[in-house]
Amino acid sequence: MGAWLAWIPLLPLLSSLTLLLLGRRLDERGAALFGVGSVALAALLSLVAILLFVVSDGTAWGGQALSWFSALGLEVGFSLYFDGLTAVMVGVITGVGLLIHLYSVAYMSGDDGFARFFAYLNLFVAMMLILVLAGDFLLLYLGWEGVGLCSFLLIGFWYRVPENGYAARKAFVVTRVGDVALALGLLILVQQFGTLLIQDSVGQAQLLWADSDWPFWVALLLLGGAVGKSAQLPLQTWLPDAMAGPTPVSALIHAATMVTAGVYLIARTQGIFLLAPDVLQLVQLVGGLTLFLAACSALVQQDLKRILAYSTISQIGYMFFALGAGAFSAAVFHLMTHAFFKALLFLAAGQVILSLHHEQDIRRMGGLLRPMPFSALCFAIGCAALAALPFTSGFYSKDAILLQAYAHGGAGIAWWLALAGAGVTALYSLRLFVRLFLGECHTAPTPDNRWPMRWPLALLCLLALFGALIPQPLSDVFVSVPAGEQHVSWAVHLAVLLMPWLGLALGLWLLLRGEDLRRRFAGGILARVWRTGWGFDALYNALLVQPLSLLARLNRRDLLDLPVGFLAWLSRTCHQGLSRLQNGRLRQYVAGIVWGALLVLAVVL
Amino acid sequence: MTGLFYFTMLIALLAALQVVRGLNAVHALLHLIVTLLALSLLFFLLGAPFAAALQVIVYAGAIMVLMVFVIMMLNQGDAAVEQERAWLDVASWRVPGLLCGLLLLELGYLLLAPADGGRVRAVDAAAVGRTLFGPYLLLVELASMLLLAALVGAWHLVRPLKNRREGTSDD
Amino acid sequence: MTEIPVEHGLLFAAALFCIGLVGVLVRRNLVFMLMSLELMLNATAFVFVLGGALHGNADGQVMFVMILTLAAAEVAVGLALVVHLYHRHRSLDADRLDVMKG
Repeated sequence: MGAWLAWIPLLPLLSSLTLLLLGRRLDERGAALFGVGSVALAALLSLVAILLFVVSDGTAWGGQALSWFSALGLEVGFSLYFDGLTAVMVGVITGVGLLIHLYSVAYMSGDDGFARFFAYLNLFVAMMLILVLAGDFLLLYLGWEGVGLCSFLLIGFWYRVPENGYAARKAFVVTRVGDVALALGLLILVQQFGTLLIQDSVGQAQLLWADSDWPFWVALLLLGGAVGKSAQLPLQTWLPDAMAGPTPVSALIHAATMVTAGVYLIARTQGIFLLAPDVLQLVQLVGGLTLFLAACSALVQQDLKRILAYSTISQIGYMFFALGAGAFSAAVFHLMTHAFFKALLFLAAGQVILSLHHEQDIRRMGGLLRPMPFSALCFAIGCAALAALPFTSGFYSKDAILLQAYAHGGAGIAWWLALAGAGVTALYSLRLFVRLFLGECHTAPTPDNRWPMRWPLALLCLLALFGALIPQPLSDVFVSVPAGEQHVSWAVHLAVLLMPWLGLALGLWLLLRGEDLRRRFAGGILARVWRTGWGFDALYNALLVQPLSLLARLNRRDLLDLPVGFLAWLSRTCHQGLSRLQNGRLRQYVAGIVWGALLVLAVVL
Repeated sequence: MTGLFYFTMLIALLAALQVVRGLNAVHALLHLIVTLLALSLLFFLLGAPFAAALQVIVYAGAIMVLMVFVIMMLNQGDAAVEQERAWLDVASWRVPGLLCGLLLLELGYLLLAPADGGRVRAVDAAAVGRTLFGPYLLLVELASMLLLAALVGAWHLVRPLKNRREGTSDD
Repeated sequence: MTEIPVEHGLLFAAALFCIGLVGVLVRRNLVFMLMSLELMLNATAFVFVLGGALHGNADGQVMFVMILTLAAAEVAVGLALVVHLYHRHRSLDADRLDVMKG
């Protein structure tokens, strides 16, 4: 362990800069070499770091890679920190990131912005690595804003379509709301403890803030930031629109890594959240509500990628729920497995979308099993993991969440919501698979079977199936929350185990028998509300967007500009008037002098 | 003596009026000379014989001869008289007349306020010379510089330019 | 010496000055303008001499000499300009000379 850790984010950063500067001169092969090569090297370094970390018995390493400045007793530097949580995050980011980069080479080939795409994607990886490797709040915030920027750039990657630009702006603005809260929370911490180092701050908080209101507020503000970044209630509206970006972007940023930054943040500042049990309750409630509402929305969406987006919101809801329930390691566990199977789903969806000529409406899909067996297999594995069917990775993580949450807090509203959500998840997973691959064929696909696109998928399939076997060195990271008195009975075990099957059974029954019911439901009010994401978009539109745009319309001429504009107008008018005087007529000049003399004398009189 | 003073003033004013409204340049110039000579007489009456002499010699003599030269050189004649008549219509007199009338009114109001009739004392040329080459020596130097500059400037301006000569040779 | 009210002398100067001013304003011929200018200069010169005579010192006449010098210089340069302009424009109309670039 040492300052060489800094090279993990630096490599993609340098590559990104190179691609931005030289992107026009490089052909696709060169750009891909830079883009993928840098991430591959970063992944290799990460692997070395993780192995060293494991070999050294999981001792956390923290240190300053570079000093920036020190003034008035405040030491500002670029500090890194590496512990079990970082190891998991770095592994996920570089591992899944590398696979998605490889996939993107095939997916994006032929696009005009090939080099630009990899420049942004590399920048994103660099920023995400900075975010998780950061040992101080400054670097954490840099990474936090950096990934937000990359998200914005990549959602609006195909910027010629106005809707994409709109989606990018929406994502940027909505997450900005959370970022303001985060910045406030971090500033309070820095101001209170006089140190930027995360571990010092959290440690001091536990010593000094035992009986104080500060933890509540700081935790609330941090939660605000996390909620914005991770698309949880009430700031979840941006993620479905963020699907406007290229599919690998959705896989990497809006499923596997960036959106889990909120989970990482709460896990990283666990010490503060533990001091504020009220906020922790809130986290659990937010998670529970989000996962259920988003799962319902996912049930009725017509757009393939939007289904996956709502599913992502829902799965991150599970992580929040776990965090709030005190099952921190389960949350991080689910973060990892989710990264695997959701990336798999997105990439497979990307393959489907590509072979259907950028068709994303599932009503026009169907019967793809025969022409695209490989994609079907990937989807089947991804859906199974998503639905938490036994022996897939999702099964272990979701089980861990539900059981640990029950052990910590018993069955509250949030827990019931989470349990029900598991059923709904299975239901929409089944629907997704059936609509895509069974039934009759609506659009003839032109399957794209290039291996560069396939073998990342194959690897992700393995990870989605067996990723749960990867050990997570988290035991030293989290303060063990005192387990609740709840005894986890066999009934709870059974319920958790059976819930996905219940969902599947309901789905099958609907499929076989409930044709009529489905029709009626699909046209109903509930379906419409779910399809629009519970009307949050309309609500925010009416509450915030409309008044603001009204204000903007009222102030279109810019009232504050008026005095300035008046000055400009005045000087221009004076200029015109005076330049008319400057006509070169000698006699009029003399007349002017006489007028002046008259005036002066009149004043004297 | 006082009568002569006022009479001379009247002549000066009348001649000045003729200068301003005259059509023929040579006639106007002659009227200007009359004004200058009348002023010279006034200076003499005010007890400034040196100034009177200078007025006659330099002003009415040298400067006016210069103007005569120029008028002869431009050689305008009857066409110029007609031109002047066309330019000096009644309308063109209105605004300048009004302006100057107002100015005269204001000046008169200002000047007539303090009635301070004083005796005029004679100042001879010797006194002027002493003052001129005593405290005002710098002024004399400056005046000489000014005249030199005027000389150079005038010479430069009337010097025939090469390109102008070529231009006239074309037409 | 002569006993005259000062204000009458001043009033005469003012009148002469105003006549010259009217000339400058009314005439369009540059030569006439120059002549009117001479009238105005003489009016001021008269005031100087009058003041000097009243106070009995030579300063007034010194200033007169200065004005004489000034008039000479002015007439010399002014007439040179008139000649130059006449050669260039074939006209002495002051109103036509309203362009900076010849």
